[in-house]
Amino acid sequence: MEDERSFSDICGGRLALQRRYYSPSCREFCLSCPRLSLRSLTAVTCTVWLAAYGLFSLCENSMILSAAIFITLVGLLGYLHFVKIDQETLLIIDSLGIQMTSSYASGKESTTFIEMGKVKDIVINEAIYMQKVIYYLCILLKDPVEPHGISQVVPVFQSAKPRLDCLIEVYRSCQEILAQQKATSTNP
Amino acid sequence: MVLKAFFPTCCASADSGLLVGRWVPEQSCAVVLAVVHFPFIPIQVKQLLAQVQQASQVGVAVLGTWCCCRQEPEESLGRFLEGLAAVFPHEPWLRLCRERGGTFWSCEATRRQGPGTPGEDQVTLIFYDQRQVLLSQLHPPAVPPDRQVGADPTSTGGLAAVFHTVARSEALFRSDRFDEGPVRLSHWQSEGVEASILAELAKRASGPVCLLLASLLSLVSAVGACRVFQLRPLSFLGSKLSTCEQLRHRLEHLRLIFSTKKAENPAQLMRKANTVASVLLDMALGLLLLSWLHGRSRIGHLADTLIPVADHVAEELQHLLQWLMGAPAGLKMNRALDQVLGRFFLYHIHLWISYIHLMSPFVEHILWHVGLSACLGLTVALSLLADIVALLTFHIYCFYVYGARLYRLKIHGLSSLWRLFRGKKWNALRRRVDSCSYDLDQLFIGTLLFTILLFLLPTTALYYLVFTLLRLLVVAVQGLIHLLVDLINSLPLYSLGLRLCRPYRLAAGVKFRVLEHEAGRPLRLLMQINPLPYSRVVHTYRLPSCGGHPQHSWGSLCRRLFSGELIYPWGQRSDKQD
Repeated sequence: MEDERSFSDICGGRLALQRRYYSPSCREFCLSCPRLSLRSLTAVTCTVWLAAYGLFSLCENSMILSAAIFITLVGLLGYLHFVKIDQETLLIIDSLGIQMTSSYASGKESTTFIEMGKVKDIVINEAIYMQKVIYYLCILLKDPVEPHGISQVVPVFQSAKPRLDCLIEVYRSCQEILAQQKATSTNP
Repeated sequence: MVLKAFFPTCCASADSGLLVGRWVPEQSCAVVLAVVHFPFIPIQVKQLLAQVQQASQVGVAVLGTWCCCRQEPEESLGRFLEGLAAVFPHEPWLRLCRERGGTFWSCEATRRQGPGTPGEDQVTLIFYDQRQVLLSQLHPPAVPPDRQVGADPTSTGGLAAVFHTVARSEALFRSDRFDEGPVRLSHWQSEGVEASILAELAKRASGPVCLLLASLLSLVSAVGACRVFQLRPLSFLGSKLSTCEQLRHRLEHLRLIFSTKKAENPAQLMRKANTVASVLLDMALGLLLLSWLHGRSRIGHLADTLIPVADHVAEELQHLLQWLMGAPAGLKMNRALDQVLGRFFLYHIHLWISYIHLMSPFVEHILWHVGLSACLGLTVALSLLADIVALLTFHIYCFYVYGARLYRLKIHGLSSLWRLFRGKKWNALRRRVDSCSYDLDQLFIGTLLFTILLFLLPTTALYYLVFTLLRLLVVAVQGLIHLLVDLINSLPLYSLGLRLCRPYRLAAGVKFRVLEHEAGRPLRLLMQINPLPYSRVVHTYRLPSCGGHPQHSWGSLCRRLFSGELIYPWGQRSDKQD
């Protein structure tokens, strides 16, 4: 069962949340970030080339212009492959674990899987981010040494940064599955 | 809990039969290892499973039935399969079924006895690539390496248990459905057993070769450890020169590679392989350097430019000293002390130039023989270069030591006389400052000396500053060369190559993909290996380096510079001050 809704992130950009319910014990949430805008790309390219032309008119060395073109290309490729995240996915499977995938604009995917035995809970936390106070969803991991302690806090949807309404939807669905998981693990 | 069934992708198109594998009750997870085909005799199947259990300490059992047929299974087959559940009792009993040519599977798990009502569990099917899971290694390892030999397999948790089960069940994968044996199995080796002739030949040949080379190496190290080298001048030289350090390091490496002991765990095997790769790269780069140096009389050119460069450096130093003896940067120096120090250092440079000119006819021969050492490896050549740089700038080192000792003496004198000026004294027994009553003449002479030392301080401090900066420059150049040597020594090339070409061997974890799903059918997932990122590969498998890291932090370095203590580069020599 698939479902798509549109939300906004903390800066006001448009986000699309796609929910897929594969089975009562397996759900997937997919957040698509806004694409790379042509306006900002043109602005950066123009600035770099104007600066290079300024340097060229000072030094009369044409290597500067070729270097500027090369730097722009390499910089754009590096940005698309290492920085720009297109889509973030959260897959939660009852009694197996939680998987988070980030897909970059160049097609690269980076995945992290956390086993259900290590997950303590999923909560919405507040944080101070620059001059704002934002909400973010995070996974709390159990501490192997102390039974009531938390060893790590793993934030989810770090680059999409959706607002509270989107987070509440995801939180409710995840808590349904975690409740199922806790119920079945206490009565085997 | 939802029952998870791990099914190998290689058995997805196998004929109908029995499912054989391991059941992990704590996670409610069934790992299917192979499929036993019809016809079979139950006693022989049970014997085979008992043999495998004894050989691998993994609890293999018959988990259920597998049915792969053209259309819906007929009634008789269904009853036959149910009858098998009575022959091989197992809780819960799995019944996997697939239509040949169809994409959807059906899976049921039934429990007959046990607490609660007998009934069916919900099943999730997880497909895994058996060959990749068999060969891969999880990082961080679930069982620490020192406990691995007698470890209890049930103590590993989660997905590590699946990896562990598949890796330990080698005994099950030896027989095949094409063999003439009593039981016909399908698993990842069913398409043909993998082996390589070259690998087998290398294994046979490595025994005697290793023995021969290990005895040669022990001879070399016995020669190196003999009494002649323990005597004072040679042992002092040996500890100071970085070439000897590097040669000792390489000898250790070679001993590790050619040792006749087999590697006990995967970490040691990777270490050996990385050492082999590092030594081979070193030799290859060294031979390249050798061929470049000895072609087109480059050594002659190098020797011709070496003496003029040394002369030029000495001339620049002389200009610097003339500048210091005048009014450097507009500061006013104490004329007499300035002249004394300046003339002393100038004479020193003059001596140094004469020695260099004495040596100039022999430089080309020395360089030629030194160039030959590049065949031992690029790292040895670079260490030799660092040593040559140290020898050629020995006069800068001497100046630094003179300046530092003088400055230190002055600072000590000043601090002690300052205490006298205030009427205090350093109590060496109690290690603290105590008040003390001095005689008048003691106070008079003490104050006089204090004033003299104070006004001579700027001159000494300036000389110390200039020579320390020069020394730090030389140390920086040597440090760069050592960094390069360290890089070649400690880079784990074999692990990086493995990560590039066979990424499933080094696993950071797993990732799941949800396959086509139909309502009412069990959920199907594909489990793939998530490879380790390159930075973690380098961090985990780095070879230990020569011990060339600076032992002092920036703060303590500045403190030592300020108080005039001698700093030794890279902490290779033991700290005499401590």
